[in-house]
Amino acid sequence: MMHMNSATELERPQPSSLKDLFWSFTKLALQGFGGVLAVVQLEMVERKRWLTQEEFIEEWAVAQIMPGPNVINLSMMIGGRYFGLRGAMTALAGMLALPMVLVLLLALVYAHYADHPALHGALRGMAAVSAGLIGATGMKMAGTLKKHPLPMTVTVGSALLGIVFVAVLHWPMIYSLVTIGGLGCVMTYRKLSP
Amino acid sequence: MNPPLHLVLDWSDWIHLFAEYLTLSLMSIGGAISTTAEMHRFLVEQHHWLTQTQFNDSIAIAQAAPGPNILFVALMGWNVGLNAGSMTAGLLGVLVTMIGIMLPSTTLTYLAARWSHQNRDLRAVRAFKQGMAPIVIALLISTSILLGSAHHDPATDWPLWLLSVLAGVVIWRTRIHLLWLLALGAVLGCFGLV
Repeated sequence: MMHMNSATELERPQPSSLKDLFWSFTKLALQGFGGVLAVVQLEMVERKRWLTQEEFIEEWAVAQIMPGPNVINLSMMIGGRYFGLRGAMTALAGMLALPMVLVLLLALVYAHYADHPALHGALRGMAAVSAGLIGATGMKMAGTLKKHPLPMTVTVGSALLGIVFVAVLHWPMIYSLVTIGGLGCVMTYRKLSP
Repeated sequence: MNPPLHLVLDWSDWIHLFAEYLTLSLMSIGGAISTTAEMHRFLVEQHHWLTQTQFNDSIAIAQAAPGPNILFVALMGWNVGLNAGSMTAGLLGVLVTMIGIMLPSTTLTYLAARWSHQNRDLRAVRAFKQGMAPIVIALLISTSILLGSAHHDPATDWPLWLLSVLAGVVIWRTRIHLLWLLALGAVLGCFGLV
């Protein structure tokens, strides 16, 4: 159903098998400390090139407005593009199976080392790097706004407004999604040729 | 293992837990983390199935561990099961909460993704996906800012902020492997340098 079939798309790299899909998602999930989204972008767009930067943003827009964890939605959608329902389930299993075993093992040993300052410090340091990583992903994706149907003043302006709403004013994310996202969709709709 | 609570859970309790997570799944627009307040009300305040510490630790461990953050839900189920007396119950708790939180949202997302892929040439679908781009980028950068500045005091934690910014710039501008930067963050944190 979601298989790619046009000639140009077939030349692009894509997962060779369900096994490849499973291990690709396992590998990227295990690199995600404090969130996996940025690693999905690095692996899928920059390393494996299964998606372009624009496709990544578009898939993420859908993943974001649907209920459920965004990154799980996104991985299912990527798996589904290549192998339909089986691909979606495989990507989901890849994201969750090994990381779940690992997190349960961590929970079992956590009690013994919870008060260890070095462990605490290491986690702090890794969390700081993860925060930077997510920002870097945002900056890389901002590069795609150059090719957006709307002018840069509008797209960059609304992105900045969104940052003020969410990061500065701490408004619930859903408001910005509905207002700024909704306006963006309406303006883009009017700009696109029918 | 000595759980802080000693619960007796029967089948109706497990079904109740399952039903709660099915509902939460549909409410979790913007990610499951947006429903943590409701999970807290249900698990800690209403039913006393988890202690406050277990609740907080479930989130903290999942954030620190590699893998999608949604695994905090698995840890909550795990702890409810441990409180009910055994690791088998813990595994049952993992299954009940994880299937509950994933099933409705992943089904909806899969159907929505399939529909939007089949209708990807529709003007409205294109307008939606492209129109959401600015807010998608804004949310990423906001998440980075919020994660990077959460619970930190600028006077004492500036090295941590500096690490986030430097890691962000390096990842944005170079193709260095993420694991090196995470390792650097862990080492700096381990020795108390950030």
